[in-house]
Amino acid sequence: MSAPNASGWKPGTLVSGGAGETLTSTGNRALMLEEPLIFEIGSTETTGVDFSPLPFRGGDGGGACSEIGDIPHPNPSPEGEGLANRLGGFARDAEFGLPGLSEPEAVRHYTRLSRQNYAIDLGLFPLGSCTMKHNPRLNEKVARMPGFADVHPLQPVDTVRGALEVINELAFWLIDLTGMHGVAMTPKAGAHGELCGILCIRAALEARGDAREVILVPESAHGTNPATAAFAGYRVEDIPATAEGRVDLEALEARLGPDVAAVMITNPNTCGLFERDMKAISDAVHAAGGFVYCDGANFNAIVGKVRPGDLGIDAMHINLHKTFSTPHGGGGPGSGPVVLSEALSPYGPLPYTARTKDGVVHLIEEESAEAFSNEHFGGKLASFGRMSAFHGQMGMFTRALTYILSHGADGLRQVAEDAVLNANYILRSLDDVLDAPFGASGPCMHEALFSDKGFAEGFSTLDLAKALIDEGFHPMTMYFPLVVHGAMLVEPTETESKQGLDQFIAALRTVAERARNGDETLKTAPHHAPRRRLDETLAARKPILAYEGSGAPPGKPQLSEQGGS
Amino acid sequence: MRYLPLTPDDRSAMLATIGAADIDALFADVPAEARLTGPIAGLPLHQSEMAVERHMRALSKKNLSAADAAFFCGAGAYRHHIPASVDHIIQRGEFLTAYTPYQPEIAQGTLQMLFEFQSQVARLYGCAVANASMYDGSTACWEAIAMAGRITRRKRAVVSGGLHPHYVETSKTMAKFMGDEIADALPTLSGTPDNAALVARIDHQTSCVVVQYPDILGRIPDLAEIAEAAHAKGALLIAVNTEPVALGAIESPGELGADIVVGEGQALGVGLQFGGPYLGLFAVRDPRHVRQMPGRLCGETVDADGKRGFVLTLSTREQHIRREKATSNICTNSGLCALAFSVHLTLLGEKGLRRLAAENHRLACLAADRLAEVPGVRVLNDIFFNEFTVLLGQDAREAVRTLTDKKVLAGVSLGRLYPAHGALHEGLVVAVTETTSENDIETLASALEEVLA
Amino acid sequence: MPRYFTDEHEWIDVEGDTATVGITDYAQGQLGDIVFVELPRVGSEVARGKDAAVVESVKAASDVYAPITGEVTEANGALEDDPALVNSSPEDQGWFFKLTIANKSELDGLMDAAAYKSFCDSL
Repeated sequence: MSAPNASGWKPGTLVSGGAGETLTSTGNRALMLEEPLIFEIGSTETTGVDFSPLPFRGGDGGGACSEIGDIPHPNPSPEGEGLANRLGGFARDAEFGLPGLSEPEAVRHYTRLSRQNYAIDLGLFPLGSCTMKHNPRLNEKVARMPGFADVHPLQPVDTVRGALEVINELAFWLIDLTGMHGVAMTPKAGAHGELCGILCIRAALEARGDAREVILVPESAHGTNPATAAFAGYRVEDIPATAEGRVDLEALEARLGPDVAAVMITNPNTCGLFERDMKAISDAVHAAGGFVYCDGANFNAIVGKVRPGDLGIDAMHINLHKTFSTPHGGGGPGSGPVVLSEALSPYGPLPYTARTKDGVVHLIEEESAEAFSNEHFGGKLASFGRMSAFHGQMGMFTRALTYILSHGADGLRQVAEDAVLNANYILRSLDDVLDAPFGASGPCMHEALFSDKGFAEGFSTLDLAKALIDEGFHPMTMYFPLVVHGAMLVEPTETESKQGLDQFIAALRTVAERARNGDETLKTAPHHAPRRRLDETLAARKPILAYEGSGAPPGKPQLSEQGGS
Repeated sequence: MRYLPLTPDDRSAMLATIGAADIDALFADVPAEARLTGPIAGLPLHQSEMAVERHMRALSKKNLSAADAAFFCGAGAYRHHIPASVDHIIQRGEFLTAYTPYQPEIAQGTLQMLFEFQSQVARLYGCAVANASMYDGSTACWEAIAMAGRITRRKRAVVSGGLHPHYVETSKTMAKFMGDEIADALPTLSGTPDNAALVARIDHQTSCVVVQYPDILGRIPDLAEIAEAAHAKGALLIAVNTEPVALGAIESPGELGADIVVGEGQALGVGLQFGGPYLGLFAVRDPRHVRQMPGRLCGETVDADGKRGFVLTLSTREQHIRREKATSNICTNSGLCALAFSVHLTLLGEKGLRRLAAENHRLACLAADRLAEVPGVRVLNDIFFNEFTVLLGQDAREAVRTLTDKKVLAGVSLGRLYPAHGALHEGLVVAVTETTSENDIETLASALEEVLA
Repeated sequence: MPRYFTDEHEWIDVEGDTATVGITDYAQGQLGDIVFVELPRVGSEVARGKDAAVVESVKAASDVYAPITGEVTEANGALEDDPALVNSSPEDQGWFFKLTIANKSELDGLMDAAAYKSFCDSL
């Protein structure tokens, strides 16, 4: 029995004397079905995959392979000639303890699990900064076309021209929508894109013999910004903010100097505000010899309305799952192309694609990088290197391009306008019951920021968020940005109808009133979710990170033996 | 616009509630001179679903998909049959359109799946703990090197010549900026990897030894011997696996003494997809190293009613809390790919995985034997799983290109992987899986006979 | 045995040339449930005001600074098994590490119990 589960109850355990008003013998509640772990229902002898009986070549053993699971003799001719296998002495005998399920059991297992998740397909998902918008199914269909889904990254380039054209066509859109010079397509997620941008900056500075030491980051930034800067070998210093929630230009200018490599600014920022002084900030940074990195997490608010390139940005990653609707998938995969200014473009990572005047899209890898640079770029390209195997998140490129083509230049602009309209509608419909710390700073962009000011003593943002779960909504982003106490960051996105917003506003008004009035039932919310509040302290003090029940291979140290590791 | 529910009337009513004259009033903070006044010139306007599908299908058709060829490409990405139910499950909206499970009360589906995934990976790798996945194998490889540096407080990683060159390059890029040293080597064209040469490079400054298993040429190195040598010098052994199906046939790296096991999980459930998104796997043998691990971790706990449940845990290692002191700047895993991997492995189970591995090996042996009969071809490997290297006596890149005209994707040439090293250019890495038919093998062999004649 | 306090909410007990360091009851109350403590290696040098340990709750990681300069002679292994000791017994069983006192004059600027109490009351 796993240590933290003192009661011992787990899905699949019958409760004797259940079936009362609230208890059932199974723990199920009608459509809400409990589900055990695969390790508790599967067995190593069960499989949901059939293999056709295959004849051996030659030999007399024809028909099915001998023992299923054995390494069959590739050449099972009479002894003396046959080689047992070509695995050397490394063939495996021992069990892994990997459970299998038949197909119906597996489909049911995962379907039951899926129903314990909230999802955009179910309702409004107002996670600020995360941009949970509708994921069109056309995107899924296109990504599964055999010419995209079933091609190998190292096929000869003549057999993958269409794939290269997808990458190049998406790159063309990203460059045009941002007003930038180039784009690095290979980063695998937003944070990876951030790293790519900062490495471009480092490479550009090193190329002029002046790597510099410091990157300035506002306190309100996503945690990835300082993590990325530190990862690239820079020291991180804060940029102060003004009382209205924007970068303090004067303070920034005062700090700029020959040691500052770059500033990292999120625009629109994490307080949901557009940085009005962005161009002046860029000019000041450039005058001091530094570069401007823009965290593009919030590009969805301004796509088609303003181009970062016109504001002096040198590098910006674009989370394709935010602005261009590739699915979040319960935590990835992401994709984080980075658009680059003319000054940074030569330093982008390998591989990349380029369309020459004859219309052919080329794939430039290590093999051809130098020759291609010499032929087409006067030898000026100086890539900082490779960031991952292969060519980036192709499966996300097809989805994002499909979405972009569906919307077109006009539709994308409407996306930004509706996202901003929806956020402002929420901000102004709730600022009488929820404190809006920057409500007086002008319109918000795509997200509305509130705080816990005015809640009854002892009531927190967490309590309100958990009560929203009972109302059928996913909570908003909590406690971010860090600069606002008890922050609640609400991003409705353009996906929501007015009717849907009105229902959400009504629900949020109710729970806000309850928090102001000190309704004790908030403290124990959610009451109607598949689980009540979970004990995160217990999980962290005695981590159980893998199933340790029966079937674990013997002789391996178990976490429980390690104490508080 | 089919994806936008607001009507013009809705918009007017909402602007009235806000107290804004028009939509532009909400963009007042954008400097007027930078504000775009209409759709960006030169970009197409919105299109119907049918029109977009037609455009994308046309692009798709410009590619030669694996199903339409005799297909032998591997070298870090493998084509396996994916059961139909895998794709069905990952397209359920509750998985596809969910966010990272930060609200565990309404994300138990994703969380339990991740816990099962971590447990499956740990068992497959012979380790105690696996994380909830990384971007891909190459980035996981670098993260393992960085982790070994944190544990040993040393900066020099000794990399075997058998490590995928993209993984080497990725690690070198990162190491360059982090001040680490990647001591790499080229593969030697020999039937078994040269362990003695690798072991000789390990010293007391070595943080880790990085060994691919099976390696880029398909050979199977003796991990136990390397583990012993590494540990004797206080270094860790990082094993890298790019073909998880192989572990259904050969011993797991953890059991052989690897301290950190990382790899590419694409081969199970994910599909080729021209290189991404893929699935980085990451596991450690000693649970005491968990706090130095990068990436998300899911752990078991209970809820307020005492019911078992799962949460993301030990998140203080991560960027959103530690900021510049985080173990990595990574803030996502490869969730949906992890689901696909986990579903596929659950459908297989131990029995199915062994059977699948056996079938791969059987066909690979057939292919190696048949190719060995082609005049001018020499099979390099003494031992292999489902991938091996043949030497063609001429630059394999040319042969590979010529064979595409016959709808044969013959494999990955070493010239593609090691363009600067002419001595390797006659090498061709050939991968054979259960999707390869005996006809395909014959097609490849006879096509090669023509090309090399 | 005199006990001193710092404005970073650490306590130190001085006994001859060695000192024992922990965090105060006030500090553990602010941090909430402690889930992990990362302690300095025995034999490592710590410098006054620089990072010496990390104390983690579920959602936060806080650096613990060395109140004085010295060499770490012992770390509290009990915290590895039971980090909750920092919550239940912060100023006794939940001690963090012991170190040699390199420079006794560094103790001069620290608070005594009464001064620390009024410091906390003022927060």
